[in-house]
Order: sequence, then C-alpha cells, then structure tokens
Amino acid sequence: MADTARDPPPEQTDFQELEDGEDLFPEPAAAPESGPASLPAEDVSTNSNGPKQDSLFDDDPEDLFAEATEEVSLDSPERDVLLSDGPSPAITPITPPTSVITPRIESLTVPVSLQIEEEEGGDSFDIHIAVSDPEKVGEFSGTFWHLRDKQDSSGTSLSVFKQGEFSVKRRFSDFLGLHSKLASKYLHVGYIVPPAPEKSIVGMTKVKVGKEDQSSNEFVEKRRSALERYLMRTVKHPVLLKDPDVLQFLESSELPRAVSTQALSSAGLLRMVNKAADAVNKMTIKMNESDAWFEEKQQQFENLDIQLRKLHASVESLVCHRKELSVNTALFAKSAAMLGNSEDHTALSRALSQLAEVEEKIDQLHQDQANADFYLFSELLGDYVRLITAVKGVFDHRMKTWQKWQDSQMLLQKKREAEAKLQFTNKPDKLQQAKDEIKELEGKVQQGERDFEQISKTIRKEVSRFEKERVKDFKSVIIKYLESLVQTQQQLIKYWEAFLPEAKAIS
Amino acid sequence: MMGYLSVSLQPRAVNVDLQTDATLQVDISDALSERDKVKFTVHTKSTLPNFKQSEFSVVRQHEEFIWLHDSFVENEDYAGYIIPPAPPRPDFDASREKLQKLGEGEGSMTKEEFTKMKQELEAEYLAIFKKTVAMHEVFLCRVAAHPVLRKDLNFHVFLEYNQDLSVRGKNKKEKLEDFFKNVVKSADGVLVAGVKDVDDFFEHEKTFLLEYHNRVKDASAKSDRMIRSHKSTHTTALLRILLHHYAYYCTTTAPLRILLFFLKVSELFEKTRKIEARVAADEDLKLADLLKYYLRESQAAKDLLYRRGRALVDYENANKALDKARAKNRDVLQAETSQQLCCHKFEKISESAKQELIDFKTRRVAAFRKNLVELAELELKHAKGNLQLLQSCLSVLKGDT
Repeated sequence: MADTARDPPPEQTDFQELEDGEDLFPEPAAAPESGPASLPAEDVSTNSNGPKQDSLFDDDPEDLFAEATEEVSLDSPERDVLLSDGPSPAITPITPPTSVITPRIESLTVPVSLQIEEEEGGDSFDIHIAVSDPEKVGEFSGTFWHLRDKQDSSGTSLSVFKQGEFSVKRRFSDFLGLHSKLASKYLHVGYIVPPAPEKSIVGMTKVKVGKEDQSSNEFVEKRRSALERYLMRTVKHPVLLKDPDVLQFLESSELPRAVSTQALSSAGLLRMVNKAADAVNKMTIKMNESDAWFEEKQQQFENLDIQLRKLHASVESLVCHRKELSVNTALFAKSAAMLGNSEDHTALSRALSQLAEVEEKIDQLHQDQANADFYLFSELLGDYVRLITAVKGVFDHRMKTWQKWQDSQMLLQKKREAEAKLQFTNKPDKLQQAKDEIKELEGKVQQGERDFEQISKTIRKEVSRFEKERVKDFKSVIIKYLESLVQTQQQLIKYWEAFLPEAKAIS
Repeated sequence: MMGYLSVSLQPRAVNVDLQTDATLQVDISDALSERDKVKFTVHTKSTLPNFKQSEFSVVRQHEEFIWLHDSFVENEDYAGYIIPPAPPRPDFDASREKLQKLGEGEGSMTKEEFTKMKQELEAEYLAIFKKTVAMHEVFLCRVAAHPVLRKDLNFHVFLEYNQDLSVRGKNKKEKLEDFFKNVVKSADGVLVAGVKDVDDFFEHEKTFLLEYHNRVKDASAKSDRMIRSHKSTHTTALLRILLHHYAYYCTTTAPLRILLFFLKVSELFEKTRKIEARVAADEDLKLADLLKYYLRESQAAKDLLYRRGRALVDYENANKALDKARAKNRDVLQAETSQQLCCHKFEKISESAKQELIDFKTRRVAAFRKNLVELAELELKHAKGNLQLLQSCLSVLKGDT
C-alpha cells in the first residue's frame, strides 16, 4: 500500500536512484567546482552545476510536491484511494511550481495549540494553556490536546484533506496509537517512522493530580512541544502523510481508542518481550554485507548516536548553569537594593537601587535564555537520539529481511536435494508434492530477494532524506538560537543605557 | 608549574580616589610570584627631607604590610583616624589547584583543548596576581595620602629600609592571643555601641555604619557568587556541540556549504565566549572588588567609632571617679589628671574622627560613581560587540542558506 501511493512521475529527469556504491554526499573537493556562486542557490533551484548526487539531495521534496500539484490540477482518481471518504477538497488556485516550492514546505509547519479538557469519565483535567500562534498554516489540537488544522491559501499538499480548517481533539494515547500503527506498517519495509514522545509516568501523575506548579507547567509545555514536533516530522514524510491512518488522525472527530499503548499493560509487556527477542536475534544474524554503503552508514549512525547522547548531556548542564546564574543574579539584585536603601547619600542611593533593578531584569533575561537553550537544543537532541534508534531499527529490519530470504533459499536447497533423492524412489505423489513445494519456495525466494532489494532501496532514500532533514533541523535551530542571543544582547544594551545616566548623576 | 611570575604593572588602584602629591609618591612597580610568596617592589619618589634619596625601591612581602598596618592600629596617637584596611593575603591556592588538576588530566584531552584550558587558567592566575598587587598598592597610597599617617616613622622605615624587616608572621600563641583580643573587643564593642551618644552626628554615623557594613557584606558575597556563575556559563558547551557536529560532517564528507555553516558558527561562539569572559572579569573588577574594598573600609570606620566610644566611656568613668574622689577628698589630684587626660583623648579623637568620616563618605561616593559608570560603559561595550558579531554572522548564514 505504501508503495502504490508513491508513484513518482519524474518531472525532473535527473531524479535518480542511487546505484550501489555511489556516494551519498559528494567529496568536498568536488563541491567547490560549482563555485561560490552556486552556494546560495540551494534547495529551490535545480542545481545543475553540482554533481548529480547533489541534485538528488535537492530534488526529492520537489518531486513529491510536484506529484501533489499534478494530483490537484488533474483531479486524478488516485486521490480517492487515499481518502477515507470521497468528497474532493476545496481546491484553491495553485501558483506555478517554482515559486510555490518554498511556501509549500512552510505550509507544513503545524504548531500545536493546547487545551486540555474534561472528558466524561475521562482522567484528564481542566487546564487551559493557550499557545497562540499567529499566522501558521496548520494547527493541531486534541483532547487532552487540541489539533486545529488550517489550510494555506496558496493551496498545498494538504489538498488531501477534506476541508479548509478543522480541529480535532486527541489524547496522548492516540498519538502513541498512531505511531504504533505506522510503525507496524512501515518500519519493516524500511521507512524511518518518527518515534512518538515518551511516556512519563511521574510527569503525568503530577499533572493528573492537579499540581499547578512550575515543574508541572514545564512538563506540559515540554509535552506539547514534543507532540508538535512529532506530528510535524510525521507529516513532513511524504509517504506517511498520505497514509489513511494519519489522515484519519488529523481529520476525523472521533477516533477509536488506542488500547495497547498503556505503559504497564499486558500489550506493553508483550512488546518489551518482543523487543528483547529481537535484540537477541540481531546478535545471532551474521549478514554477508555485499553493500559497503550499508556497513558504512551503520557505523556512522552508531557514532552519531554516541555523540548526540554526549551532546544532550552537555546541553543539560549548560541549562543548569544558566538557571543557577539567574538565581544568583536575583539574589544580588535584592542585596544591591538593600544596600541602596541604607546608603545615606541620596544620588548614590538612587543609583544603587537602579542597579538593583537592572540586575533583576538581567536575571529575567537569563531565565529566558535558559529556556531557549533548553527548548531549542536539548529537546532537539533528545528527538534525534530517539530518531537514530528508529533508523537503527530500520537497518535491523533489513537484516531480518535478508535472513528471511536466506532461510527460504536454504529451505529451497534442501527441498531440491530431497526431490533429487525422491527421483530415485518410486513415489510419484510424493515427488509431485516435492515439486509443488519447490515451486512455492522458488516463488518465496524470489519474493524474498525482491523484498530485500526493495528495503535496501527504500533505506537508502530514507537515509538521505533523514540526513537532509537533520541538517535542516539543526541549521534552523541554530539560527533561531542565534536570533534569541541577538535579542538578549539588544535588551542588555537597553538596560545599561538606561542605567548609565543614573550612575553619572551621582555627585 | 608556576615557577614564578613577574609582572610590570600599570598602577593605580581604581577603588580609591586619591590625590597624588609630589612630596610623597608610592607605587608598586614590580612583583614576583614565587612558590608560596609574593615579592612586591615598593617604589618611592619623595621630596621630603627625611629620606636619604629622592627616589628608591625596596622589596617587601605581605607580612611586612600587615606589620605596618598593625603598628598603626596599636598606636594610640592614631586612635582618631580611619586606619586604611590591610590588604588581603595573596591567595593563589584555588588557581594553583586548578592548574595542577589540568596537568594531571593532560592525557585525557586533546592537545588543543589542553592548550586552551591552560591559557585560560594562566590568564586567571594572572588576573588574581594583578589584583593582589593592586590591593597592596592601594593600602600604601592611602597611607601616603593621609596627612598624619604619611609622617609615621614605621612607614618610612617600611619604604626605605632595604634589608628584610624581619617581621615574621604571628606564631600560634600570638594568633591565639589575637583571637581572644578580638572576642573581647567585639563584646566590648557591643557594650560601647549601646551607649547613646550626645552628638547627633556620631549617633547617626554609628547607626548608619552598622547597617551599611552588614549590607555591603551581603552584597559583596552575592556579587561574588553571581560573577562566579557568570564565569561558568560560557557558551563552551554549545561550542562543543557545534564542533562535534562539524567534525561528524567531516567524516561523512558532507557538502562544503554544510561544513562552512558549522565552521562559521563555531568561530562565532569562540569569539562571543571571549567577550563573555571579559564581561565576567570586568564585573569582578568594577563591582565585586569595589564592594570588597568598602567592606574593609567600613569595618575600619566602625573600628574608629568603637575607639571613640571607648574613649567616651573612659571619659565618663573618669568623671565619675573624679566626683567620687572629690566627695571623699582623697587622691583628687590624681583623679583630676586622669580625667583631664581622658577628656583630652576623647576630644582629640572626636575632632579628627568627624573629619575622617566625612572624608570616608566623599571617597566612597566618588569610588562608587567611578566604578558604576565604568561598569555600565564596559557592559555596553561588550554587549554591543557581541551584538555586532551575532548579527553579522547571522546575516552571512542566512544569506548562504
């Protein structure tokens, strides 16, 4: 099903599949050939200067969006296959491809506005936390978390949706349910399914108990932001976006309750047992890796995993330090105010009080900066640590697929040998049975080989997509972070500029 | 590791606004840091006749400064003056420990990291060193600027005598004696402070100084903590993140533009980190040091008030004794002389104390003004510098993307 949805009509002829052994990234030595002029012209324009692998890097998203364009303008019947029900969405006029590419990508930004509401017999609460988001295109909200979804006027790949704007309510367990459905459908064929946010029994219990304090608010915000990122990643994936389960999740007002997602359920335990069994199996599979690309990539992901975890830890310590700085600044501010009070020279006294105020404001700045550090980097790193686990999972599935194929091959071999033996005995019906089994097995072997090749192909694409997304993610986070730093400095300048004349006025 | 460190100094302590006078100019022209002591070269220029030469230098250690200070405190003639506070003992222990730890951990980090950390720690060591020199210098300058203290004989010996003064540090017994003396003094101080003063000026000063001193103590401690936190919140962690990511990309032979992106950002953070370090250092100098100094000065002012209070009590007691003697008509002359002495002592102290306290206020206000203005100007300078770096980097990065 996943495959049929993706029939890519290559508009761009240089859309290529990677052949075995081809480098995913060009050598840095090669890149400068394109010259500095081509550096700014990135994703949007067809970078014909660069090596052809580079264009693969750029063209993929364009490609799939091009497909969407086609769909909408031709009103192709394929769309009906994807929708749970028939009605065509309101199609707004579409601007020509090149200029719409960038806004189209942006149209997938979907922040979550959150509202937790009471449900009959439910165990959620009446906490209202509104996160307003000005002109974002789509917003999801759900019970327990509200999803509100708006369409961009320039028309988008959201054309697969029924209406312009709608909102649904979703519980946290629904998100988990969605993920487990997607995982069971796509992981084993090699798609990197974004992992859902983690459960936190401690955190949830605090919220459920109604504790209205700093840490539970932080927890709620963390979760909101994590759910938002999770959905974003899921819909950014061109294949997952078209999945009917995803569509249902986003659109339908009622969703069957996901059952097997409780932390301490029998289903949960079963999953854990399976995971353990898988881990053991993995260790016993000795795959003959014919493709150096996979070996290399696996090693790289191992390294990346280790590094990301380390970095995650150092960001957490940075956040800690900054919070400590904030506390100490606040203490100093109070102390300076007291000093100002006891100073008997009036102008100096006033200046000291002003200093105390400045320091208090700076303390607030530190706190805000700590939040930025945290949300931007720490959460991102955490997400990627989990994503890498999903990637590794996909590689493991490939190994399993290979194993299956090998197993069928060995079985076929045995059956052939058995058949050969039977030839000399006089048991025609047994011989026929053997021949039938062999035919069946031959089919299986062929299927196994096809599966293996398919998954390998898919993984290559997925990995390249993943790496691109990762770079984009980090780059955008870094830029956001730098912008937050700029703001901090601007504020600092304002505060000290206001203070300076007070200090000079002391006489 | 730190064999010795010699520093040629730009003088001028910033915490005190002093008139330099051609008749007597003192500064510390050089300093040497050896294993466990610091040797200061005290340089004097004077037109006064009591010195053999008009310009000369001697080498002094911290204990000799303390000896000089204590000699002032113990001198009854100076009871009516604010004795310039003694400089704190040079303390490189923390810094030395860090350097040692670094040396031990040399194997576990890359050469680059090691060199960088070493440079940082050495800069820290140097900063502490410069500070201790400045504080010793301020002490001498205060003495030299004081109309009475500058004439002190011990001071002249200190400046001129080019042999070792053979002032050993106090031994255990003496330290214990000091401890008890302090206990007695603070108990006494409480009693004396309880006596209400007839003079409004002094009464006000007493209340003011008591509260002020405590508040300065608190502010000094809190500012120290804040600045220490500031020092440890560099963007080094973030820097490392980027460098690692960048290094990872090197291994996957990523497109050049991605490498460039991370390279630019890590360069940016290297620069902003340096600025942040400067901010912390400047805050230390302009704010923390200021508060620490006035903590000591306000203590010295309190001591002055205590001495006056003590003299007042003695005077009142002498009065009572005189009345008693007159009533009994015995030892009247003795009582009278004693009473006159006390009266004279008290009046002498009161007179000079008033002026000292007024000068103290003037100095204090001037020092705070100077430092607060300089602090604000430096903060602005650094924030603007940071801003400019960040903005220019951002525009480059956004342009590339």
